[in-house]
Amino acid sequence: MSEAERTLPRAIVAGHGEFAVGLVSAVSQITGRGDAFVTMSNRDMSANDVERALRDHIDASGLEVIFTDLPAGSCTMAARRLLRERPAIVLVTGTNLATLLDFVFHTDVPASQAAQHAAERGRAALVVTGAPGGY
Amino acid sequence: MAIELFRIDDRLIHGQVVVGWGQPLDLTFIVLVDDEVAGSEWEQELYRMGVPPEMDVHFDTVESAATKLAVYQGDHRRGALLTGDIETMARLVELTGAIPRVNLGGIHHRTGRTQRLRYIFLAPDEERSLRTLAARGVDVSAQDVPAARPLPLQEVLSGEGNR
Repeated sequence: MSEAERTLPRAIVAGHGEFAVGLVSAVSQITGRGDAFVTMSNRDMSANDVERALRDHIDASGLEVIFTDLPAGSCTMAARRLLRERPAIVLVTGTNLATLLDFVFHTDVPASQAAQHAAERGRAALVVTGAPGGY
Repeated sequence: MAIELFRIDDRLIHGQVVVGWGQPLDLTFIVLVDDEVAGSEWEQELYRMGVPPEMDVHFDTVESAATKLAVYQGDHRRGALLTGDIETMARLVELTGAIPRVNLGGIHHRTGRTQRLRYIFLAPDEERSLRTLAARGVDVSAQDVPAARPLPLQEVLSGEGNR
């Protein structure tokens, strides 16, 4: 892919361990659009360190959409703290691959709007098959 | 039942606590002991948003936690008590004399601290506080997640846990 064809980052993906790198790697494999994301891990970081790192990412990139993993995760907590001072930020928790795949294809709308749609798609992707109540 | 885990973790409520310990120990309540958080509705709401709806969170100052510890210990459910630093836990131990063991779950890098484990960094005064706790009979060990081997304080301070 040439430099001109690269996708500009539109969101931050942050979480435990290799969560962000792993998901974005899958996005790249499927769509070639992994460049749409800046990744971050909270590994071995204090809550203050996580908040500082997330703030630095936002300041450096101007991004206002953050995808995180667990509602209780330290990346999510840090993002919620930043939301207090920066109300334009949109935070999506419980992110899965379907969420990010939907997000990268909605480039015709603002990133915040694409995030809302992506969250719905990610939620709908959770399906139980073969268990009571599934199909 | 009662409080199964007394943990020092500067991240307070986060994934390792809610899921990593919460699931295997079947935790249904958390006592978060922090004077600053206990005085801030906003901080409390932030932490409440991080736990599943079936899990209760109690916010206490050191003093109120000391007063209520017997009640928490008498709860028929399983819970965890969290402090964000060693000093807070040491004050609670001092006030109650009823904390049998302390789990070091996450004390991260800060100026003046030396790395003891991947997730434990300690300043000299913090090491002294932990030795004092141990001398009082409190079983102090480091263990970030249940699947890890608990490392006794002596092993943590000697740096053996890094080998």
